[in-house]
Amino acid sequence: MGLLSKKDRKLILDPLADDNPITIQVLGICSALAITAQLKPSIVMAVSVIFVLGVGNVVISLMRNIIPSKIRIIVQLIVVATLVIIVDQVLKAFAYSLSKELSVFIGLIITNCIIMGRFEAFALGNGPWRSFLDGVGNALGYGVILIIVGFFRELLGSGTLFGFKVLGDSVEKTGLYAIGYENNGFMVLPPMALIVVGIIIWVQRSRNKALIEEH
Amino acid sequence: MAINTDKNSYTIIFAIIMVVVVGSLLAGFASGLKPMIDANKRYEKQQNILYAMGINNNEGANDVEFITTDAVEGEFAKYITKQLVIEGDEATENNEAYLIDIKKEATKAKDAGYTRKLPLFIGTKDGKEIYVAPVRGKGLWDAIWGFIAMDKNMTIQGVYFDHKGETPGLGAEIKQRFFMDDFVGESFLKDGNFGSILVAKGNNDPKNMDKSDQEVDALAGATITGDGLSAMLKKDIKMYVPYFKTLNK
Repeated sequence: MGLLSKKDRKLILDPLADDNPITIQVLGICSALAITAQLKPSIVMAVSVIFVLGVGNVVISLMRNIIPSKIRIIVQLIVVATLVIIVDQVLKAFAYSLSKELSVFIGLIITNCIIMGRFEAFALGNGPWRSFLDGVGNALGYGVILIIVGFFRELLGSGTLFGFKVLGDSVEKTGLYAIGYENNGFMVLPPMALIVVGIIIWVQRSRNKALIEEH
Repeated sequence: MAINTDKNSYTIIFAIIMVVVVGSLLAGFASGLKPMIDANKRYEKQQNILYAMGINNNEGANDVEFITTDAVEGEFAKYITKQLVIEGDEATENNEAYLIDIKKEATKAKDAGYTRKLPLFIGTKDGKEIYVAPVRGKGLWDAIWGFIAMDKNMTIQGVYFDHKGETPGLGAEIKQRFFMDDFVGESFLKDGNFGSILVAKGNNDPKNMDKSDQEVDALAGATITGDGLSAMLKKDIKMYVPYFKTLNK
C-alpha cells in the first residue's frame, strides 16, 4: 500500500476494529438496532452513512477556518442535514421500495452521533484528505458491524439472506426445516440486535486485551 | 488569513450565505428529481391496486410481491378497464382517477358544500368484474391506507394495506400476507344492508373459516391499529354503497 502513509492508513483501519464507533465507542446504536433485521437495508444504510460522513467531513474540513465558532454546531447540523436530504431524494428517485423500507432511518442519519462526533472531533482540526479518510474509516467501522448484525439476524430470524431462502422453505418444510429446525422469531425484533451487538463486543474484547478497562 | 471569525457581523453574513447556498442546492436537487419520484409514487399506487385485485408476483405462501415497476404500467392498462370518479349520484369515467389524492379529498369534504370525488377502479380478472376502492385512515402512530377489491355484491376479492409508521412486529403486520388474505370472502353487505367488516378480538374464528360473520381475527398487540383499520373500512367503504346499489338494481 504505497498509496497511503502509515498515519493515513491508521485513520481508515483503526475505526474498523480497535476504535470501532459501535463496539468500542458505543455510538450510533439506535440506528444499528433498528434497521438490521435484514441484510439489504443494513448495506444501504452503511453506504449512505459512508457517503454522508465522507463528504461531510471534507466539507467541514474545507470550511474549518471560516466557520464562526459561535455557530459551528449549527453549521455542522446544516451540512449533515443537506447531505441526508440529498441521499433521501436520490434513494426515492432510484430505489423507491428500499427508501420506503428505511423510511425514517435515512432521516435519522442526521441524529447519528457518529457523524456530529467526527465533525467536531476530527474535521474541524484536520485537512480535507485526512478528514475524508477518517470519515470513510469510521463509517466503514459502523457499516461492518451493521452488516454482521444484519447477516445473523436475517439468517437466524427469517432463514434468508438478501431475501433468498438459504436454509430451505419454512412453510413447505424443505432443507433444514425438514429436520425440525425453526426460525427464531425473536431475532427479527430490535432487542435481539442489542444482544448480537453485545456478543460482538464480548468476542472483540476477549480477543484484544488492550480494550479491557482497568477497575 | 486575517478574517476575524468572532465578529457578530461576520457570523451573521456567514449564516446568510450558508442558508442561500444550501437552500438553492436542495431546491435544485428536489426539482431535478421530482419527475422520477412522482413516477415512482404512481407506479406504487398501480402496483397496490393490482395487488388488491390479485395480480401480483407472489410465489411463496408469505410473499407480498408486486408486479415489477417496469411492467406495472402495461399490466395496469391491461387489467383495469375503467376508472370512475363518483361525485354524489354521478359516476363519470376518468382515466386519471388514480391520481386523485384521497387525503386531500377527505379534508375538502369537511366543507359541507363540497361533493367528495371518490375514485373507483374497475378491472376484469378471469372474466369477473372487480371493483377496487381506496381507503385511508389512522393507525396508532400515523396514517394507514389500502385498496379493497370487491365484486359487485361487495364481497372482498383481495385487499392491500400499508402504513406509514406502525410498530414493526405489531401494527405493521397489517401488511403481512396472512392478515390481508383473511379478508378475502368477507362481504360488506349482509342481507342487502351495509355492515362494515371488523377487525375483532376473540371472535372464536382465528382461522377465519366463517365468511359470513363480517369479522376477521385481530392481530395480537395491535389493538389500536386494528380498531383504526375497522374504522377506516367503515367510513370509506360506506361512501361507495350507493354506487354498488345501482349496480345491483
